[in-house]
Amino acid sequence: MAQEQYEKYYVPEQSVWPIVGAVALFLIAVGAGNFVIESTRDKSGYGFYVLMTGLVLLIVMITGWFKNQIDESMSGLYSQQLGRSYRQGMAWFIFSEVMFFAAFFGALFYARTISIPWLGGSSNNASTNDVLWNGFQATWPLLTTPADAITTGEPSTQAMPWTGLPLYNTALLLASSVTLHYAHVGLEKAKRTQLLVLLGLTIVLGSIFIALQMMEYVHAYRDLDLTLDSGVYGNTFFLLTGFHGMHVTLGTIILIVLFFRCLKGHFTPKEHFAFQAGSWYWHFVDVVWVMLFFFVYIL
Amino acid sequence: MSTETIHDTPASDDGHDAHHDHHIPKGLMRWVLTTNHKDIGTLYLWFAFIMFLVGGAMAMVIRAELFQPGLQIVDPHFFNQMTTVHGLIMVFGAVMPAFTGLANWLVPMMIGAPDMALPRMNNWSFWILPFAFLILLGSLFMDGGGPAFGWTFYAPLSTTYSGDSTALFVFSVHIMGASSIMGAINVVVTILNMRAPGMTYMKMPLFVWTWLITAFLLIAVMPVLAGAVTMVLTDKFFGTSFFDAAGGGDPVMFQHIFWFFGHPEVYIMILPAFGIISAIVPTFSRKKLFGYASMVYATASIALLSFIVWAHHMFTTGMPVAAEMFFMFATMIISVPTGVKVFNWVATMWRGSLSFEVPMMFAIAFIVLFTIGGLSGLMLAIVPVDFQYHDTYFVVAHFHYVLVTGAVFSIMAAVYYWLPKWTGKMFDITLAKWHFWCSLVSVNVLFFPMHFVGLAGMPRRIPDYALQFADFNKWISIGGFAFGLSQLIFLVLIIKACKKIGEPVSDQVWEGAEGLEWEIPSPAPYHTFETPPVIK
Repeated sequence: MAQEQYEKYYVPEQSVWPIVGAVALFLIAVGAGNFVIESTRDKSGYGFYVLMTGLVLLIVMITGWFKNQIDESMSGLYSQQLGRSYRQGMAWFIFSEVMFFAAFFGALFYARTISIPWLGGSSNNASTNDVLWNGFQATWPLLTTPADAITTGEPSTQAMPWTGLPLYNTALLLASSVTLHYAHVGLEKAKRTQLLVLLGLTIVLGSIFIALQMMEYVHAYRDLDLTLDSGVYGNTFFLLTGFHGMHVTLGTIILIVLFFRCLKGHFTPKEHFAFQAGSWYWHFVDVVWVMLFFFVYIL
Repeated sequence: MSTETIHDTPASDDGHDAHHDHHIPKGLMRWVLTTNHKDIGTLYLWFAFIMFLVGGAMAMVIRAELFQPGLQIVDPHFFNQMTTVHGLIMVFGAVMPAFTGLANWLVPMMIGAPDMALPRMNNWSFWILPFAFLILLGSLFMDGGGPAFGWTFYAPLSTTYSGDSTALFVFSVHIMGASSIMGAINVVVTILNMRAPGMTYMKMPLFVWTWLITAFLLIAVMPVLAGAVTMVLTDKFFGTSFFDAAGGGDPVMFQHIFWFFGHPEVYIMILPAFGIISAIVPTFSRKKLFGYASMVYATASIALLSFIVWAHHMFTTGMPVAAEMFFMFATMIISVPTGVKVFNWVATMWRGSLSFEVPMMFAIAFIVLFTIGGLSGLMLAIVPVDFQYHDTYFVVAHFHYVLVTGAVFSIMAAVYYWLPKWTGKMFDITLAKWHFWCSLVSVNVLFFPMHFVGLAGMPRRIPDYALQFADFNKWISIGGFAFGLSQLIFLVLIIKACKKIGEPVSDQVWEGAEGLEWEIPSPAPYHTFETPPVIK
C-alpha cells in the first residue's frame, strides 16, 4: 500500500470527559447501592441523591463528550479509518448487549426446561417433589409456585396473554424498524423530507411502544397479580421486558438527538456514523423484542 | 519479518502538529486527562501492582490465620471476607488490569498504530477501575462487613445469607465490567482496524493474536457476569427467585450462569500470558517461534472450547450423568491445544542458542509450573476423581499454579522483557535475579504442599483445620510470607526503573528480539507511528 494514501488518524489531545464519566459512574454505583439498601430496608440515607447526582453528571459528560465529537467531525478531523473504528466499536458494543440479554434468556430457558420440571419430580427428582414441594406440578407459565403449592395450593398470579397489547407492540416495533430503515435510505439518497418524516414517525412509534408497555405493567400489577416477585415467571417476565424497555427508551432518546442533528443538517449521504449507529441500535432492540415476544409471551 | 520503519522520534514530525509532540503534559493532570496509550498502559500497570499488593496483604491475613490450627487472629466472618476480596482483587484488580496495561503499551507499537483506536474511551476504561475498587474495599467497612461469600458469590450465600453491602458489591462489579468491556472493544478495534500496511493477520505477533481472542472472550462474557450480579441483586433485595426453589428457580442455575462467564474468564487470564511467553522464548532462544500458525489456531480452539466446559466446576451439584460426561470430555479436549502450545515453546528452545536473562528465567518457570497447574487441572476434570477433590485445597493448589506461577509470572516476565523499552534503561539485574529466585522457591513452598493437604481432605475457605494438617500448613504459611516479601524486591526494582536509574539500552534491547517495538528508540517516544511503517 502506498504511503500517500494514508490519512492521519485523529488522536485527540487530553480530554476531561472520561474522568467526569468515571466519577459519574462512581456516584451512580455508590448511590444505587445505597439507594437499594435504604429503600428495601426502610433506612434513611442519601443514596437517592447520590444516584441522581451521578446520573446528572453522566448526562453532562455525554453531552460534553458528544459535543466535542460532533465539532471534530464537522471540522473534518475524522478519516475513513476513524469512521471504521467507530462502526466496529458500535458493532462490538451491540454484541456485548446481546450477551447481556442472553444471560436472562438463559435463566428463562433453564427455569422452564430444567429447574421447574425437576421441582415437579422429573428426571431422578421424585423425592424432591415428594418431600419438599409436595403437590407442586411443573407448568409454564408458572402460576402456582412450589411455595404456593405447599401453602395455599392456589395460583398466586395470572399469565400475561400474548394477544392484545403485546401483539400491538410487536407490530409497532416491527413497523418502526421499517420506517427507520427508509429514513436511512432517505438520508443516503439526500431526500430530506423522507428522512425527517420517517425518522419522526419512528420516534412516535417508539414512544407509543413505551407508553403501551407501561400500561401493560399497570395491568399486570393491578389486574393479574403478576409482579416482580411472583416466582420465576414474573421474574423473567419483568427483567426481560424491563431491560428491553430501558433499551427502547435509550434508543428513542438517541433517535430524538439524531432528529435534531438531521434538522441541523449534520449528516451527509456518505458521512453519518452517528445515524448508522443509532439505527443499528434500534434494529437490535427490535430483534430482542421479537425474541421476547416469542419466548416470553407466546411459548 | 523485515520492516522498513520510520524512526519516529518526537522531533522528526513536521508541520503544525509538531508542537504537541514536544509538549508532554506535566503533573497530575497528565495522568488524569491523558489519551495516550503509553500513559494509560502505565496507569493500568501501576494500578494492577498496587492491587496485587493489597490482595496479597489479604492473603497474608489468610495465611497468618492458617499458620496454626484453631482460631487465633481473625474471626471466621472476617476470614471469609478476606478470601472473598482477595480473590476478587487478584482476578479483577490485578491480573486483568495488568494484561490490559500490557495490551495498551504493546499492541499499538507491535502493529504499527499511532495509538489505541478510541483513545478517550481508553482513559475512561482505566479511570473507572480505581473507583470500582474503592467501592469494593469500602464495603468492608460497612455494617455487617463486606462480601464474605467467596469470589464466586454462589447463591444462596450471596442472596439469602449475605450482608446488605452486597448491593455495593453488585454495582462495583457492574462498573468494573463496563470498564473491561470498553477496554476489550478498544483492543479488538485497534487490532482489526489499526494495523500498519502489510501487517497481515498471520504476521501479527502472538501477543496481539492472543489479546484479540481474549478481548473477544471479554466482550462475550462480561455482560453475562453483569446479568448474574443483577439477578443476585433482585433476589436479595426485590423478592425475585431466580436462585430460590420456592419460586421455581434453582441455586444451581446461579452456578451455570456464573461459570458460563467464569470459565472463559479463566482463559481471559491466561491467553495473554501465552502471547507473552511466545514472544520471550524465541528471543532468548535466537530462533523463530516453532509452529506460529498452530499457536494461533490453538489459541482460537482454547477460546471456543472455553464456552462449552463451564459445568466442570459443578460436578458435585447433581447434574445428570450425561451432562457430567459431556463436560468432562470437553474439558479434557482443551489439553490438546494447550499441549500444542507447551510443545511449541519447548520445540522453540530445542537446539536454540539459549541465554538465561531474567525474562527468560520467568518464562521457563512459567512453562514448567503452568504445566503442573495444567496437569492438576486434568486430574480435576475427571468426574469421579473430582468428587473427591472438589472444594479441597487440591483445587486451591491447581488454580494458584495456573494463576500465580502462570498468569502472574508471565506478567513479571513481560515487565522485565519490555521495561527497558519503556524506560530506556536496563533494570537492576541483581535485584531482578533475587526477585526471581526468592519468588520461585517460596511460591513452590507456598502452593505445592496444598496438593497434599487437599488430597488428604482439607477443605478450602475454612479458617480452622484438623490437627493432622498442621505441619504442612505451617510450611505453606512460611512460603506465603516469603513470597509476599519477595514482591517487595520487585517494588523496589520498579521504583528504581521508573526513576530511570540504570544503564541506557539499545533500540533492540535484547540481542535476539524481533518485532516493530524493538525498532523504535528506547525509551519509546511519547507518540509512535503517527505515519504507519510499511511491513514487507
